[in-house]
Amino acid sequence: MMFAIGGNQSALNPHGPIARSIVTHTWWLLAISIAVYVVVMAALLIALARRRRESDDLPATTSRLTRNVGVAVVLTVLTLIGIAASSVVAGRGLYSPSGAGAITVDVVGHQWWWDFQYHDVTPSDVFTSPNELHIPVGVPVVIKAMSTDVIHSFWVPNLMGKRDLIPGIVTNTWIQADEPGVYRGQCAEFCGHQHAHMALNVVAEPMDEFLTWIQHQREPAAEPSTDLERRGQQVFLQSPCVTCHAIRGTDAGSHVGPELTHVASRLTLAAGTLPNARGHLAGWIANSQSIKPGNRMPPNPLAPDDLQAVLAYVRSLR
Amino acid sequence: MLTAQEGSLSVWALGIALWALSLLGVSCQREVRPFQDFSVASARTQKLVESPFQNNAYGTAEGKRLFDQFNCSGCHAHGGGGMGPALMDDKWIYGSEPTNIFESIVEGRPNGMPAWRNKIPDQQVWELVAYVQSMSGNEPIDVLPSRSDHMRSSTPENARRAQTPVQTHTP
Amino acid sequence: MNPPPLRDDTSKLRHDRPAERRETITTADEERLRRQLADTWYVPRGIIGWFSVADHKTIGRRYIITAFCFFIFAGILAGLMRLQLAVPNNHFIGPDLYNQIFTVHGTMMMFLFAVPVMEAMGIYLVPLMIGARNIAFPRLNAFSYYVYLFGGVMLVLTMLMNTAPDVGWFSYVPLAGPDHAPGKRADFWAQLITFTEVAALAVSVELVATIFKTRAPGMSLNRMPLFVWSMLVTAFMVIFAMPSIVTCSTFLLLDRLVGTHFYNPAEGGDALLWQHLFWFFGHPEVYIIFVPALGIVSSIISAFTWRPVFGYSAMVMSLVATGFIGFGLWVHHMFATGLPALGLEYFTAASIVIAIPSGIQIFCWIASIWRGRPRFHAPLLFVVGFVAIFVLGGLSGVTLASVPFDLQVHDSYYVVAHFHYVLLGGAVFPLIGGIYFWFPKITGRMMDDRMGKWNFWLLFIGFNVTFFPMHILGLDGMPRRVYTYPDNMGWNTLNLIASLGALLLVVGGAMFVYNVVRSYTWGTVASENPWGAETLEWSVSSPPPVYNFLHLPVVEGRCALWDRSADAPVVTGIRSDCREVLVTDVMDAEPICRVEYPEPSLWPFACAVVTSAFFVGSIFTPWALPISIVPLAITLIGWFWPKKADSDTRAEQPAGSMREARA
Repeated sequence: MMFAIGGNQSALNPHGPIARSIVTHTWWLLAISIAVYVVVMAALLIALARRRRESDDLPATTSRLTRNVGVAVVLTVLTLIGIAASSVVAGRGLYSPSGAGAITVDVVGHQWWWDFQYHDVTPSDVFTSPNELHIPVGVPVVIKAMSTDVIHSFWVPNLMGKRDLIPGIVTNTWIQADEPGVYRGQCAEFCGHQHAHMALNVVAEPMDEFLTWIQHQREPAAEPSTDLERRGQQVFLQSPCVTCHAIRGTDAGSHVGPELTHVASRLTLAAGTLPNARGHLAGWIANSQSIKPGNRMPPNPLAPDDLQAVLAYVRSLR
Repeated sequence: MLTAQEGSLSVWALGIALWALSLLGVSCQREVRPFQDFSVASARTQKLVESPFQNNAYGTAEGKRLFDQFNCSGCHAHGGGGMGPALMDDKWIYGSEPTNIFESIVEGRPNGMPAWRNKIPDQQVWELVAYVQSMSGNEPIDVLPSRSDHMRSSTPENARRAQTPVQTHTP
Repeated sequence: MNPPPLRDDTSKLRHDRPAERRETITTADEERLRRQLADTWYVPRGIIGWFSVADHKTIGRRYIITAFCFFIFAGILAGLMRLQLAVPNNHFIGPDLYNQIFTVHGTMMMFLFAVPVMEAMGIYLVPLMIGARNIAFPRLNAFSYYVYLFGGVMLVLTMLMNTAPDVGWFSYVPLAGPDHAPGKRADFWAQLITFTEVAALAVSVELVATIFKTRAPGMSLNRMPLFVWSMLVTAFMVIFAMPSIVTCSTFLLLDRLVGTHFYNPAEGGDALLWQHLFWFFGHPEVYIIFVPALGIVSSIISAFTWRPVFGYSAMVMSLVATGFIGFGLWVHHMFATGLPALGLEYFTAASIVIAIPSGIQIFCWIASIWRGRPRFHAPLLFVVGFVAIFVLGGLSGVTLASVPFDLQVHDSYYVVAHFHYVLLGGAVFPLIGGIYFWFPKITGRMMDDRMGKWNFWLLFIGFNVTFFPMHILGLDGMPRRVYTYPDNMGWNTLNLIASLGALLLVVGGAMFVYNVVRSYTWGTVASENPWGAETLEWSVSSPPPVYNFLHLPVVEGRCALWDRSADAPVVTGIRSDCREVLVTDVMDAEPICRVEYPEPSLWPFACAVVTSAFFVGSIFTPWALPISIVPLAITLIGWFWPKKADSDTRAEQPAGSMREARA
């Protein structure tokens, strides 16, 4: 898309209560700014262009100008008070979620991917969803944000303003979508080489679909069903893949990189950088450095047959 | 015409300017970030015998990160050793050269060092090699890592005096 | 010539004392005085002489030229950034080089161009505007230039050696900390801060001393030109703000080199400590850049409307208020960090309130133009451009003061648009207008006014085409500090437009440089006061003689030249066979005593060399400190070695008498 205002990842296209109240406030700010700018520039241009008169040098003109400047200052103060008032209204509820039944999701920031952790009273029901945050429509979701390395910033413009992820601190914010859809977010605090490619997707779905998704995510990885997939699982467990990636239900248990238990069910790969399609996945596995240079995943020069097998296996992990 | 004083000063100024320009040709080895060097083709065909991250701060820092993430600290602690031998002292059982360390990691060693061949790609092994060398201070001081952002577990590497390697046969 | 400027009778708020002795000065006396002053205040020649200069005009010129060289370098870096961002998924520049480029662009513009060039205008113009022969502490002035030069050269060299800082001009920890920024890149950044902050502190101390204590008699505080007021406020802001960044960059260096834990949360440190310390400096920093530009605008408006600026007291109070309030805003850079809401509201209030003094100034300028007789030369065009751009930038700033709105556009291209509007529009446009304005005084030749007008339009249009679309890009979700962006976001067209605008800016910048170089060689020779302006620098030849004023003036009104009577008194009794300077009191500039300024000397240069070696060495080893102490002590001892004053041979003279000069 060459040019679009108010598309995906746009603050001007709100789909949640926070973003909506900020957009209303934004239009007020824009209107006030335009009005002030037009008035000031008009005054300047008239002052530049007006015909000079002898009376300009009289003290009476000076006192008239003094009065006018005074009026302008008073108007400025009133305008600023108006802006402050609009800001207060827009900020109501910004800090605490409204509505009952809020759920809590932890966001853990890494260089350069997101880990969304859904907790539960039952430890075996805890799971993580790298780079994709599912939320139920119309329900506030409290976000507890942490970072394992540097400062990141969680930002989904269609739904909410940003919140920094700061090492050593847990920061809080909340998010709510009022319509189902997929909303793209992006890291908004410079965090190193691949800050530009640290995106995420928020999937807002009706409550029943959301609960189905939760149930599904809690399950361990699907067993390979074809020979190729079985071979793929074998290759996975015997190559460097297993040193960094966990797949629940197998022996792969490392949490250095994103968990792959349900990777094939996600919309994108590499933190929003690639669509989750076979060709992209192949390129990513073989040489992620050419797509996202500096990211933490090394190139994997697998033999062609092994690569096909791993692809088949990974794409079966829905 | 310049006086003799002005003339000699001009020569000095010219010399300094030329030296400064010559720095253009020197790409600081310490600061190279070799993202693209380990492409698929080269990784498969290259059999490196020299540590590509010698004198490279980025590679050494990556090695430090991997040392914890791959749980080398599980046996070697943060250099002081435990189940595995200490890595920050001057005693080397299997040699202290980068290729020796590379082989230790890739092939494994008797008495408990696993073979990481096919579990850690070569590029990352070389990063670990660079870090292991830095643990005994055997890298240039401007390449050595400093304190980590975790709880203090040992002296920062750049504060350790370089330990001259000594061959030993006891772990 | 148009009718002469209006004398504003309200500016004479003080009745002058009648002259104590009425004598006239013959032309033969003047010739002798001229020769003697030229001898005493000589600027040394030759290579050694070049490094010994302690004259404010020479040092000021060097500062301005060096700052503009850095401006061009950083501008080229910006051009490279815009080339990379012109199309999505571009491979022109990779992430590592891009990070270095945007870091050095920001660092060089903020620390090596914007602050030094404004201080340079002060160094050159303030002594001339207040009727002094030199700036206070002239050798410190020279020292500050060399330290600044060496720091800047160090940063340029790091770019050539792949060791340029790559963590942003704000260098947040933990990204810039020892764990996540391997190598020495971030250390070079932190030490560059030390270089530039030593230079800036030195200059601001000199400016405060010069402005408070060496003004010509009769120039009470309420008769000081607005530009001098702006430099005074700026100097105080530097003195109070710089220590904060000294602290935070030193803590960073200690963390990285020595292993302290200032920013390590695991050991009781705090990543947010960096942000507080940095922005406590960082916000006043932008006012340090902006307030001198306000002074330049006042100078240009009064000169090109032939009226004193409207509302002098309000203007002065606005400058001072901006300086004070500017220290209470810093947390508006940290609205997204999760600080308590009530605290954030305070900073919202302060960030909104600071618009009021700026607004007052804009209204007073419009009133000045209203009742004046504007003459549309290039400097006035740049001032009009300043108002058009800065007001927009100020409005986007007020919107950013609101926390909910800021949480959407913080760290997006909206902020990039905002600060370029206020910095380029609010500081660089007045600066370029100021160069067009004062070029005749500094070089003795006029700049080409017709080319100046083309220059203005090229820069004005280019600027808006480049930066206006960025407001929309930010609201549309494009974050900052990204080396590329995906194809399907709807950002392509606006980014391309911004990059094309950048080309216009490059052409405009090149035209400015061309105009400067061409005018320097072939420009029309300038008279003393080609614009008919009212401040004291326009009463001396263009360029000024080394001693600035043949006779130190006695100021009779707020507009020194317009309010000057036909037989205005001058100061006599100051020795002309040594570098004697009249010290006056702070409030009313009554003469107090005479002091002797030092001769040119090589020691400041030597001290700067040793200091720079110490700074660079301490990037690599803490041993640099003990090793450098001895050479540093030697150069300082050489510098401050007391010289026998000529006071023994002095005949007793009353402290400055006033005589009438021959008309």
